[in-house]
Amino acid sequence: MSTTTPVRTAPEEPKDERPHGSEEPGRVSGGLFDPAQLVKSLPDAFRKLDPRVMVKSPVMFVVEVGSVVTTGLALKDPGAWFGWAITIWLWLTVIFANLAEAVAEGRGKAQADTLRKAKTDTVARRLNGGTEESVPGTELRVGDLVVCEAGDIIPGDGDVVEGVASVDESAITGESAPVIRESGGDRSAVTGGTKVLSDRIVIKIMTKPGETFIDRMINLVEGAARQKTPNEIALNILLASLTIVFLLAVVTLQPFAIYAHAEQSMIVLAALVVCLIPTTIGALLSAIGIAGMDRLVQRNVLAMSGRAVEAAGDISTLLLDKTGTITYGNRQAAEFVPVKGTMAAEVADAAQLSSLADETPEGRSIVVLAKEKYGLRERHEGELVGAEWIPFTAQTRMSGVDVDGRKVRKGATGSVLTWVTERGGRIAEDATKLTDDISQAGGTPLLVAVEDEKGARVLGVIHLKDVVKEGMRERFDELRRMGIKTVMITGDNPLTAKAIAEEAGVDDFLAEATPEDKMALIKREQAGGKLVAMTGDGTNDAPALAQADVGVAMNTGTSAAKEAGNMVDLDSNPTKLIEIVEIGKQLLITRGALTTFSIANDVAKYFAIIPAMFAVAYPGLDKLNIMSLHSPQTAILSAVIFNALVIVALVPLALKGVRYRPMSADSMLRRNLTVYGLGGLVAPFIGIKIIDLLISLIPGIG
Amino acid sequence: MSPVLSGVLQLTALVAALVLVYRPLGDYMARVYSSEKHLRVEKLIYRSIGANPNAEMRWPAYLRGILAFSAASLLFLYLLQRIQGILPHSLSLGFTAISPDQAFNTAASFVANTNWQSYSGEQAMGHAVQTLGLAVQNFVSAAVGMAVAVALVRGFARARTGELGNFWSDLVRGTIRILIPISVIGAVVLVACGAIQNFAGIHDIGQLAGGTQQVNGGAVASQEAIKELGTNGGGYFNANSAHPFENPNAFTNLFEIFLILVIPFSLTRTFGKLVGNVKQGYAILAAMGVIWLGFTALMMWTEFHHGGAALQAAGGALEGKEQRFGIGGTSIFATSTTLTSTGAVDGFHSSFTGFGGGIALLGMMLGEIAPGGVGSGLYGMLVMAIIAVFIAGLMVGRTPEYLGKKIGTREIKLAACYILITPTLVLGFTAVSMVMATPPHSILNVAGNSVDGSGAHGFSEVLYAFTSGANNNGSAMAGLNANTQWYNTTIGLAMLLGRFLPMVFVLALAGSLAEQKPVPETAGTLRTEKPLFAGLLVGAILIITGLTYFPALALGPMAEGLS
Repeated sequence: MSTTTPVRTAPEEPKDERPHGSEEPGRVSGGLFDPAQLVKSLPDAFRKLDPRVMVKSPVMFVVEVGSVVTTGLALKDPGAWFGWAITIWLWLTVIFANLAEAVAEGRGKAQADTLRKAKTDTVARRLNGGTEESVPGTELRVGDLVVCEAGDIIPGDGDVVEGVASVDESAITGESAPVIRESGGDRSAVTGGTKVLSDRIVIKIMTKPGETFIDRMINLVEGAARQKTPNEIALNILLASLTIVFLLAVVTLQPFAIYAHAEQSMIVLAALVVCLIPTTIGALLSAIGIAGMDRLVQRNVLAMSGRAVEAAGDISTLLLDKTGTITYGNRQAAEFVPVKGTMAAEVADAAQLSSLADETPEGRSIVVLAKEKYGLRERHEGELVGAEWIPFTAQTRMSGVDVDGRKVRKGATGSVLTWVTERGGRIAEDATKLTDDISQAGGTPLLVAVEDEKGARVLGVIHLKDVVKEGMRERFDELRRMGIKTVMITGDNPLTAKAIAEEAGVDDFLAEATPEDKMALIKREQAGGKLVAMTGDGTNDAPALAQADVGVAMNTGTSAAKEAGNMVDLDSNPTKLIEIVEIGKQLLITRGALTTFSIANDVAKYFAIIPAMFAVAYPGLDKLNIMSLHSPQTAILSAVIFNALVIVALVPLALKGVRYRPMSADSMLRRNLTVYGLGGLVAPFIGIKIIDLLISLIPGIG
Repeated sequence: MSPVLSGVLQLTALVAALVLVYRPLGDYMARVYSSEKHLRVEKLIYRSIGANPNAEMRWPAYLRGILAFSAASLLFLYLLQRIQGILPHSLSLGFTAISPDQAFNTAASFVANTNWQSYSGEQAMGHAVQTLGLAVQNFVSAAVGMAVAVALVRGFARARTGELGNFWSDLVRGTIRILIPISVIGAVVLVACGAIQNFAGIHDIGQLAGGTQQVNGGAVASQEAIKELGTNGGGYFNANSAHPFENPNAFTNLFEIFLILVIPFSLTRTFGKLVGNVKQGYAILAAMGVIWLGFTALMMWTEFHHGGAALQAAGGALEGKEQRFGIGGTSIFATSTTLTSTGAVDGFHSSFTGFGGGIALLGMMLGEIAPGGVGSGLYGMLVMAIIAVFIAGLMVGRTPEYLGKKIGTREIKLAACYILITPTLVLGFTAVSMVMATPPHSILNVAGNSVDGSGAHGFSEVLYAFTSGANNNGSAMAGLNANTQWYNTTIGLAMLLGRFLPMVFVLALAGSLAEQKPVPETAGTLRTEKPLFAGLLVGAILIITGLTYFPALALGPMAEGLS
């Protein structure tokens, strides 16, 4: 647990909770698709035609080979429009696929450029013994000590070993409010490329140049460091095997056709192959992966590997720190409870008066509650003439004021009881019961007492409690529907923990948690085959972060924590774990949906192409031409055009991801099967028919 | 009673009988494969072959056992046919040695549980080959299939171990405790109903119209029972189950269909029991049942309903069907035999309507999984379930998992290899056969006039032969002279590769699954025991198979059926 002084908490406060799904203004949104990007990425799409690049995607490589073959055949018979039409559309199919990837990468490149600006060549002030020398930032080695003062750019990643400074990290987080970095504790990590705004710090360099956080970030968003994830590899294998099956079906078709006296031209066979192999998903697969990482980056989360993003979709246990994630972090006054014979307003008034000199967050919250609930205007210390203020101290555990012969106090139960008893005052019978009730409910009771002409007496109790953030219960209900168990981690005693857990609606809690307990919990869950995600920021979180399947380190955390986790949240917002899980799921869903769509599409293409090929030899097969396409040539061409256009049509979906709402696996499967399975069966029948109608209108063809 | 009603009633009775034995037989088989005890006769066998039935095997060891056993069987069966000429007359019935290519084809056929026959039983095989060779393989090749299925199920059921059980124990138990007892009952029923069981020789019998006919005796009923029960299909006689000595009447016909289907369907219960969730078994059963019922209904419809004056007058397509079974009984038999890896026939598939032949063909192309061969049906269906889970699992936003096991790169690689094998064999061999000079001459329905679809029919026959061989079915569309060196060799290879290559991948898959630790089920897990998944599985099977074979089917049965 880190202790923060009130002054420094301000910039460190977790960002206010954005409602789920909404976008932060100013940042790149969750995946809006700008058609202009298509034009901009066109040169890249052509560059990717290099067979050495294409071969990485077996499906599209087959299409490229098919395009080359048809080009050759078209050249041999340059007068036939059909060969050229097929050739052009096959090439377009390949280019559209490359375009999808280029667009996805292009978005990353734009972000990388912004980052590069931050990574200007810096001059470091290296400490050498007692002296200071200027060296280029690139020459720093691990363990070097460098000095940074106001206005300096921090030359490399490291930990502050001396001093305190405010740092502008907007270069990497996009957040303009400065943050405090200080030696020791959990806020010692600084990132190269950020700027010191005030004071002087000494930094111990922890990473080699070229491997700094900002370097890794550039690589990540550019996709240079992108490796195929396990699931993507598995899907690629399935697609490759489907491609082989369809190649086989078409290659063996020619001998059958010859036997039936219906030998086919190579152009038609190439067209058939391209229509059958799963080009839709083959073309969009890598774009989906890149876009998935991109969506994380847009939410200011850096995943160190795509594997971690996929694992996020599989999470079945989520460990959430209570403070800052589930609750606002500070105990706040929630209620004024009067003892018998007192009015609540009277308690509120006394509580407010006695808290004016209490600058702790608890004290402030009492004043706020009195204002919000009882309309008591906040009085300022100067307003009350002759008042003697008793500030809150850790020793007295009480604060209050003596004014007009009236002494008002509020504070910890024991202290206030002693104060009243010492003055021979009366303690209301129900006071103890009220405080016990509050304790039982997981809250903290503070007593309010007064001494005036009627003597000293207890007026009532202030109920302090951890305030659960709004919407958390709904969030956890959603997670439960997704099959994810939430465990709240807190240093509170079990009683308090239980009360908050119930209020927030988490499934389980770990009270009085030590780092060892946390680690043990993760291992226990993993032993049962579950995947665990957690967030953490402190050095003592590092082992658990490393052990968890998805460990999200807060950017405000220590280098050790960031090193141990497999994701870093630049906003340091622990609630984001939930969004990360959703992005992971969305990534897989998009792949599955487009695969289903791609395979389902083939049915209609057969109905277009097979009768076109063989209705001459076997007139009966014309009954399969249920779309009643214009002519064999328009039928085949329409299928090829549809096949190419559907890639472009689905680029936005691949980049944005399939719409995801938390729901049970069953309803999600039903929904996606209907949309992408049935839709995939029906859509091409309509699409091919429309394209055929349009083509047949072209003079010379129709 | 109308023939249609009779067909429907037969189907109903069949389903009722299958439902009745489903639980007891499935549970019994689960106990057989998980029991710790060995019977005395089993111990004797283990001692004689020098096997330790308690030693757990990892998948390579299990596979080695299968391959060694099958190779030995193949060699024995080949030699037995080759020496038939020098055996005493009482054993050989005077038949000469079988030619090398046909002996290879037949040996491969029976070891691979296919029972494709390029010979006429009554004109080529004596008692020794029939009873010591072919009948024995009918048992053990079926038991091998069941062993592989059980090994795969253990892969799902076990965790953090690579061990899949003991092949020898699974082989022996499957034979001794499951196949032999049921076939004894089956044989007795068949004998009671008129099938023959003797070791008589060949009789010359005078015909009514003058001339004589040779009629063989033999241990027919016993072989008939295991022929159906082990989804083998190799007939004692060339006419197979259409022969009155093998299948005397409508009741035995239905009883034989029951024997064909009873183990493949009940194994889903065994599967559910062994993985500890019978509902998972029901889902697989539902997928199998839907396909089987659907195909049977389609077959009955096309055979009863076929147009044309002659067919209308006969009440349906009766050509090539036995009057004593009728169109209904023959249709049920035809789909049951082609949807399992049986291949026994009680009618002439070549004479079915164009669509009817196509349905039989498509049934085999599905990969013999609904319900499929004994054992091979279950493991084939589970591999398809893995593919379906992979795609569907992605759509619920998790790394796909089936029965708590993750379907990752390795699993998909093995499953993908599995589904590639039969299409490669079927389409590859058919294509080569069509372009070579001589093999097309085997087609008896020559492509004189391609417009009337007869050329398509000839093509269907070749396609059917390789489909039947590679999928280990064994039925033939006839109309194709398959006893040539080319077809004996290529179909022989198709049968062996189509049987044993998939087993390699299934066992590797089982090993990989058994090593995993299970993932607990949550609300986010794809529920594979639900009707939605069973439906998805059926859809995936039909679409993937349909897409693979659509062009070939279009030039064969569809061209014929739509003309």
